[in-house]
Amino acid sequence: MLGPFLETLIGGLLTGVLYSLVALGFVLIFKASGVFNFAQGAMVLFAALTVARLAGEIDNKEVHLANFVVAAAILGVALALVGWYCWREYVARGSGAPERRKIQMLAALGAIVGGGAAWLYGKGAWPMWLAIAATAAIMGLLAYAIERLVLRHLVNQEGIILFMATLGIAYFLDGFGQTLWGSDIYTINLGLPKDPIFLLEGVFPGGLLVDPGDLVAAVIAAALVVVLAIFFQTTRVGRALRAVADDHAAAQSVGIPLKTIWLIVWTVSGFVALAAGLIWGAKLGVQFSISLIALKALPVLILGGFTSVPGAIVGGLIIGAGEKLSEVFLAPILIRAFDLAGGGIENWFAYVLALVFLLFRPQGLFGERIIERV
Amino acid sequence: MRLRTAALLGAAIAAAGLTVAATAQAQNEQFIPGLIYRTGAYAPNGIPFANGVADYYALVNERDGGINGVKIVYEECDTGYATDRGVECYERLKNKGPTGAAYVNPLSTGITFALTEKAPVDKIPVISMGYGRSESRDGSVFQWNFPLLGTYWSAADIIMQHIALKEGGFDKLKGKKIVLVYHDSPYGKEPIALLEQRAKMHGFTFTPMPVTHPGVEQKATWLQIRQNRPDYVLLWGWGIMNSTSIKEAAAVGFPREKLFGVWWSGAEPDVRPAEGGAKGYHAAMLQHGSGQFGVHADLKKYLYDKGKGAAKWDETGEVLYNRGLVNAMLGVESIRKAQTKFGNKPLTGEQVRWGIENLDLSAARLKELGFEGMLQPLKVTCSDHEGTRAGRIQQWDGAKWVVVSDWYQSDDKVIKPMVDAAAKKYADEKKLSVRDCSKEG
Amino acid sequence: MFYREAGQFKTDYAADQQIFPILQDRLFVLAVIAVAFLAVPALASPYLYTEILIPFLILSLAAIGLNILVGYCGQVSLGTGGFMAVGAYAAYNLWLRVPELNNLIVVFLFGGLMAAAVGILFGIPSLRIKGFYLAVATLASQFFLDWMFARVKWLTNHTPSGSVAVGHLEVFGWHIDTPADRYLLILGIVVVATVVAKNLVRGHIGRSWMAIRDMDIAAEIIGFRPLRTKLTAFAVSSFFIGVAGAMWGFLRLGSWEPLAFDINRSFQILFMVIIGGLGSLLGSFLGAAFIVLVPIVLNQLPGWLGVRMSTALLSHLEFMVFGAMIVFFLIVEPHGLARLWSVAKEKLRLWPFPH
Repeated sequence: MLGPFLETLIGGLLTGVLYSLVALGFVLIFKASGVFNFAQGAMVLFAALTVARLAGEIDNKEVHLANFVVAAAILGVALALVGWYCWREYVARGSGAPERRKIQMLAALGAIVGGGAAWLYGKGAWPMWLAIAATAAIMGLLAYAIERLVLRHLVNQEGIILFMATLGIAYFLDGFGQTLWGSDIYTINLGLPKDPIFLLEGVFPGGLLVDPGDLVAAVIAAALVVVLAIFFQTTRVGRALRAVADDHAAAQSVGIPLKTIWLIVWTVSGFVALAAGLIWGAKLGVQFSISLIALKALPVLILGGFTSVPGAIVGGLIIGAGEKLSEVFLAPILIRAFDLAGGGIENWFAYVLALVFLLFRPQGLFGERIIERV
Repeated sequence: MRLRTAALLGAAIAAAGLTVAATAQAQNEQFIPGLIYRTGAYAPNGIPFANGVADYYALVNERDGGINGVKIVYEECDTGYATDRGVECYERLKNKGPTGAAYVNPLSTGITFALTEKAPVDKIPVISMGYGRSESRDGSVFQWNFPLLGTYWSAADIIMQHIALKEGGFDKLKGKKIVLVYHDSPYGKEPIALLEQRAKMHGFTFTPMPVTHPGVEQKATWLQIRQNRPDYVLLWGWGIMNSTSIKEAAAVGFPREKLFGVWWSGAEPDVRPAEGGAKGYHAAMLQHGSGQFGVHADLKKYLYDKGKGAAKWDETGEVLYNRGLVNAMLGVESIRKAQTKFGNKPLTGEQVRWGIENLDLSAARLKELGFEGMLQPLKVTCSDHEGTRAGRIQQWDGAKWVVVSDWYQSDDKVIKPMVDAAAKKYADEKKLSVRDCSKEG
Repeated sequence: MFYREAGQFKTDYAADQQIFPILQDRLFVLAVIAVAFLAVPALASPYLYTEILIPFLILSLAAIGLNILVGYCGQVSLGTGGFMAVGAYAAYNLWLRVPELNNLIVVFLFGGLMAAAVGILFGIPSLRIKGFYLAVATLASQFFLDWMFARVKWLTNHTPSGSVAVGHLEVFGWHIDTPADRYLLILGIVVVATVVAKNLVRGHIGRSWMAIRDMDIAAEIIGFRPLRTKLTAFAVSSFFIGVAGAMWGFLRLGSWEPLAFDINRSFQILFMVIIGGLGSLLGSFLGAAFIVLVPIVLNQLPGWLGVRMSTALLSHLEFMVFGAMIVFFLIVEPHGLARLWSVAKEKLRLWPFPH
């Protein structure tokens, strides 16, 4: 009995690290801007699709070239509209030439980069590092677009409005990503090992199964978390981020530029989405379904607290292990007791686990204590 | 200002709506709706199928000028595999064309269930080729459903026969453990009844294990499989669930040779993402396999050489693309059959139903159509809406599908009583009047 | 000038407290109801009934239910789909197991009551948990209920496929067969439910909900009991949602599986509430109309305009435009369509004269 238990526990913990990775994206944004960013799942999908398609074979791309052109055209029109709007705004304010030049330069730069990318895209498969770098740049652009087009207009709105706006963004990204890159199933080859490893075969019959792919993925995720933690704790930007998280108004009054900070946070969470997309994509194949992984990260969030990076990690581990153990050991008991048509309890068990936990600690594991005054 | 823009926009939309009504319908056209999905979680499997269907209709129009001179007008509607979207598509398309929809292919067991309730009212036959309700092959109760080529009970039975043959007979299954990993939807639940029946007959233990939509989270399921060490695992998945199952089987070291998929789990998009891990995996065949046959020469000549194909030429031999071809062909032949009785003009759903019910494709006719080697002869009757119950098993060798078995026929001694009982229960619950098939001509 | 209340004097409290104190509003609403009951059945096609009007009305009711919880009581819930499922399956089981009660009104009421009971149960954590924590916690009910209806065989009468079907429906001897019958029945129920909801939210209970929404601690201090207030909101909200769920199963689908009430349904209804306007019954209708119509229109618009594009591109564009429209509306009017409506009414008081 101990063998299977340990095996399930290990499998659950490894999966849990991957949940943490997705949850981390949520936490970063919620901490800095108070936005419950439901588009995180869509961002994971978008990043994974972009990498997979950029690094993919050319004959695989032709089918979607037409779609690519259409999507690019739509994007171009949208950008032109934004540009026109900005320009008009500046004219109306009568501000000087430098602003206008900046916009013109940005537009020119965008055109050059876009044209170059389209040309390269047609050339065939990109090396993996280039694809990842390009995707990182695209995620940065996306962050900028979201900040500029959506968030800036919704400052001071209620949380639920912002939440709904991110749902709208999620819809848009799902459609946009698939228009751009297609909705087939694509592979990302990171060279993760696939054959199972069996540990301690002498101690347990059949040994303890460990999926080396999961193991490598978990290590990458853990490394990323450490890097982020260092970034937050020691760098200047990290300090600014924490200041913004504590109090927007106070941070602004000591000269921290709120908009820049938000841009950075969204970019960083875009990178986290990229990392999650790479790992999940290498594991499962890149397909629309991976955007649904966001739902898996939610119980992690409430368990760990919306604002805590360590909470996301520990919460992920608890949820991962809890749901796998419940499915393997609790579900058969429930099936026998209630004459159920099969198990599948892991989907709600994670939520119930988190819910029960919340009843005792309403702010989550590491969440900041909520003090209410009248 | 803003209000005025909105009003203008509204007026524009309304005007656009009116032009629809004004569009003149050509009279000699047969309208066929296509409920397919090229988006969403199931798109990798939906796209090749949809391409096959679209190409075959286009081929009939290009090569023969339609069915006896009646042009096919085919319109796709993307359901995303969601039942409510599927029903909306059906309602939108059912009255199009001069005579309405000839028939409908829901391409989802959930949508088939929903349309089963609507078909008798609208008088439009539902062709659920290789899916749908297993008991709906009983044409005396399910007068409008046609699960052509095989139901899930047939599929499960064929796989069980293959396993029994490998083990040396059904009596050798005693004490064996067989697990079904299934997509948690009406689709995945269909085979359970038959497998439970077989388990009772032969004394093996049968455990169904559901996987929640869309099926990317299967770690716990496969850990349980590893711990329980079943002798065989049957896979009833769709979309990304299939490749995930195969990957997880590889990850827990379950031998892929003992993993058997249904015919919806046995196509290229299911095994390719698993790369080396899929080698040795078995799947049932809905008669046809992959590869190019007689009809593909015509497709090349009339469509692909002119750049009119929906897919890429290399993809036209894939399992699901071929299934699309077969699906469209059966529909076209049904309309052709119905034309022998009602004349060479656009037909209503009710008239087409007669055509499906009297469909009789001989080996010679299949050869003529270019489907030799893909299908066995089939004959649909009033009491048997399935037409044929034959199937084979194929195996993925790492690069292509290889047929590894002879033809099996699902055992009607087992299935027929189950069909009768289930159909009777349905008829009783719904208080339906049952048709007497012996009186149908 | 058409919308001026000048000259309409209120001489007693009853007149001042009526639902629509302004004559034009009364006439307008009566006209809408008359059109819905009389003109629509004379004109509508089956497609209009089954795919637009029926979903619109049922989802409006669900949106009203959710709006009571989110808009009036301030408790964000993502479990709407689950409560709709409770209503649908409870109604199904009563209809199936007590054949003598083949009266849809009774069946739907039972569905609503069961949903209310389950809603109270899942509302209990709202005492400790707030904001997004509560929103995510309500997902627990969504996933648990979905799972329950897929697994507990008794609830689906041991159907092998897990899909249940209903047929031969009647209300006091009236057979509900055609889309028009179903439409009229739904319309009747929705009108009655809306009147009930309106009276609830403008009465004592509604005011206690709003007090809790605006600041729960302050409300507690001035004497509202948070437990009772929040749980009544959960109960009433779930009741409406449950009735909507039962109608969705019985009158819209006819045969359904738990997937019909999955998490996307919850999001869809929350969208309706937000786009329509939090804390506005009119908003629930406007939001439902928006969310039901926009995807259908987007999907068919290119066809109407004669533009031919691939099915896949069409669906993707639908997603993109839908997402963009939601963001756009939230930016333009975060208080929803209902607010736009009242702005329009303000304008109409003077229009077309500038002063």
